[in-house]
Amino acid sequence: MTRQSLIMQLIRNDRGGQIFIGLLIAMLLLVSMSNLLLPADSVLHLSTYAVTLLGKYLCYALLAIALYLVWGYCGILILGHGAFFALGGYAMGMYLMRQIGERGVYGNAELPDFMVFLNWKELPWYWFGFEHAWFAAVMIVVVPGILAFVFGWLAFRSRVTGVYLSIITQALTYALMLAFFRNEMGFGGNNGLTDFKEILGFSLQADATRVGLFVASGIALLLGYLLSRYIVSSKFGRVIIAIRDAESRARFVGYKVESYKLWLFVVSAGLAGIAGALYVPQVGIINPSEFQPLNSIELAIWVAVGGRGTLYGAVAGALVVNFSKTFFTGFIPEAWLYGLGAIFIVVTLFMPKGLVGLWQRRAAPLKAAGAA
Amino acid sequence: MRRNHGLQRYLWIGWLYVLLALLPSMAMSQDTVSNDAFAQLLTGLKADDFEQKEAALRQLAQSHDPRVLDIFKALQEARLYFASGSGEFIYLNENTDPPSGVKVLSGEKLADLDPAAYDKVSVNNQLRSLLKELTASLNLQSPDRSLRLAAVNELVGEVTPEKLALFKQLLATESDAEIAEVLQVAIAIADLDGADTQAKIRALERLSTSLRPEAYNRIQSLLAGLPGQPDSAGLHAAATNALHSIDGRREKYRFIETTIFGLSLGSILLLIAIGLSITFGVMGVINMAHGELMMLGAYTTYLVQAALPNAIDYSLFIAIPLAFVVSGLVGVAIERGVIRFLYGRPLETLLATFGISLILQQIPRTFISAQNVTVQNPAWLSGSWVINPALSITYNRLFIFAFAMLVFFGLLAIMKKTSLGLQVRAVSQNRAMAKAMGVRTEWVDALTFGLGSGIAGIAGVALSQITNVGPNLGQGYIVDSFMVVVFGGVGNVWGMLVGSLSLGTVSKYMEPWSGAVLAKIVILVFIILFIQKRPRGLFPQKGRAAEA
Repeated sequence: MTRQSLIMQLIRNDRGGQIFIGLLIAMLLLVSMSNLLLPADSVLHLSTYAVTLLGKYLCYALLAIALYLVWGYCGILILGHGAFFALGGYAMGMYLMRQIGERGVYGNAELPDFMVFLNWKELPWYWFGFEHAWFAAVMIVVVPGILAFVFGWLAFRSRVTGVYLSIITQALTYALMLAFFRNEMGFGGNNGLTDFKEILGFSLQADATRVGLFVASGIALLLGYLLSRYIVSSKFGRVIIAIRDAESRARFVGYKVESYKLWLFVVSAGLAGIAGALYVPQVGIINPSEFQPLNSIELAIWVAVGGRGTLYGAVAGALVVNFSKTFFTGFIPEAWLYGLGAIFIVVTLFMPKGLVGLWQRRAAPLKAAGAA
Repeated sequence: MRRNHGLQRYLWIGWLYVLLALLPSMAMSQDTVSNDAFAQLLTGLKADDFEQKEAALRQLAQSHDPRVLDIFKALQEARLYFASGSGEFIYLNENTDPPSGVKVLSGEKLADLDPAAYDKVSVNNQLRSLLKELTASLNLQSPDRSLRLAAVNELVGEVTPEKLALFKQLLATESDAEIAEVLQVAIAIADLDGADTQAKIRALERLSTSLRPEAYNRIQSLLAGLPGQPDSAGLHAAATNALHSIDGRREKYRFIETTIFGLSLGSILLLIAIGLSITFGVMGVINMAHGELMMLGAYTTYLVQAALPNAIDYSLFIAIPLAFVVSGLVGVAIERGVIRFLYGRPLETLLATFGISLILQQIPRTFISAQNVTVQNPAWLSGSWVINPALSITYNRLFIFAFAMLVFFGLLAIMKKTSLGLQVRAVSQNRAMAKAMGVRTEWVDALTFGLGSGIAGIAGVALSQITNVGPNLGQGYIVDSFMVVVFGGVGNVWGMLVGSLSLGTVSKYMEPWSGAVLAKIVILVFIILFIQKRPRGLFPQKGRAAEA
């Protein structure tokens, strides 16, 4: 079976997915061309700022897919996914810090500025290896994955489920936030990691690098989508859905419910890590506030807005909520929290299937008419 | 008739007090210098030379004239002036317009002063500390117990050999046990400066039971000066023992203090978690807006104080019931408006209530201010209860503990003794069966949610007394209080008590060696591990419904 046909197989019966992939590729092409090829005074020219903003949204969308994988398919509401996102971001941040080298304020080739400032003499052991891009790339997935593995192993084994699990994951991200606020941790404390200069040798200030990051986020989103499709349409995915719908029955039939949940959780955490890693070079900073519990809850609402029936719904939710956030905080900042609060309530009360649910409901009669 | 009798007795007792108060001052007046001689002494203060001034001050202190204390006080506050011409001393009051004054010698009042016609009696730092010391020495013999105590406290560790005799004499006549004890310590510290080794060892024994920092420091400096001195072995042993003994006692009191800090933190957690626990226990609803209901209670306190600025002392008595009503009504509205449509979908409930919390947070930002507001402590809550030099407890900590206990046992009584409590317990154990038996579960849900929210409101009032009140007040505690619920066991009131108080004290015990942040992290990790062993908390709810 060639690669091409595997992809085709994954999206053959997924009309929404086909549209989503088509739109995504079209957007990637159009946006990057409009920024790089059109002159700055053209009406159709997109500023680098806007491109970066879109790139940020794409990272959020990937994060939403990661959460959707566990929440939508397995019914586990993790309210600490922001932690994996932030850990991936920190791994990337550490690589970017090491790339600064002698160009820091203190001109120390070995140590990042904040360590010089704290009077540290040598690099802590966990910073070793981060000067290599390949090592950082591995860590971006492995660190969140390991945390998810340990945490999930503990939680699923003792059958912590439902709201309990949600609350405990909130505590997890809260604890990590407190930990990363400490200077002694060696991650820059309050200020986090910032002042990045370049990635893989390309300057982060250059437009082309920005567009490159945007495209990379898009491709990551695409691959994340396909991977998720692959997982849920495999035998593994079918068992996962069975667990969601009747956990006890799946267990009695003989499936090891805990390991299925655990591996799904680990994959999801890895995806979140990648999203975080792509997010950091675009916003130019990573600090402990990324861990704050609020972020992880907001993430859940993106998915809920999009609709918990489809993967692309999660993407749509992430994009819609974040677009409106940017829009409203720009015009009427006081109203945004009212708006966000109202979204939470309205979506849970009136739109159990989210935006996609609304769309499908309108599409369904048409389809029925067409069939007849 | 009986009433009259009582009145007479009071009058008599009053008379006795007046006589007692007069006695010492009568005794003192015997060796007072004459008015002229006093005026003569005062002129010494006009000298430009600070040494002459010092001599004059010492003489004044020995004159036993009742006006001396006022003069010393005025000097310390830079209010003592003398007329450039006549040389007459006055107390200047610059707060009136034009400045006014009072003549020092005669007490005659002067209005419309021209400050230019007067010179200030200036003092330097050396004289200022002398003044402090002399004032304290004068107050030592004051008939007023509190003045005397303050003076003794001031002079501990500064008793020179010349004053030692005076102190011993004072000790012999002192009737107040607390003052006598401080005097003994002061004398013992002074004894350490003497030459008699036996006396020093006795003094060390006396000091080994004192918690005063002066005693501790003096023993330390004694110990540091010992090497090289002949025959110091016995002294060395005594001093080391004394330090050990003091350290042990200090350690003990520090432990008590930490426990009290922990209990007061635990009480806050209890107040917050208890409301959370009943809504979670009865309805299986995680109310993420619980912290914001608490914030509403805190803002209610603020608004009550703003509306009645002259009655701060009573504000809490109005705020507590009002906050209960406000938060309780908001809670019922949340339940009727949102939550009841989401029963059986706990994850959605969690998200919806989170949305409500965002809106509630924004309300004070819009209508009051995004900044923190100040909520005042009533006078009866400020200050602290000083048990000894090593241990004092602020009243608001005591208050919060007592208040939390009151709320806890009140709630317990509601749950155990009222029909509402019975219905609540029935619904939480088996909703379907309760419904079949004729319990109006919807009504019970609304009331339970209202009760839980109302308790959040009064928790907010209590919280407003110890922390800043701002829109984010609720967020800071919500994760902690969820931890209490998870730790103690959902829906179990006793679990809440044990859970909150133990988490509170444990985190305070850990803080000294780990720091507050690390303590919090350790506790969170501990709870994550804890629920491995006991997924349903310390006191799991019994019954079949709890398994579902």
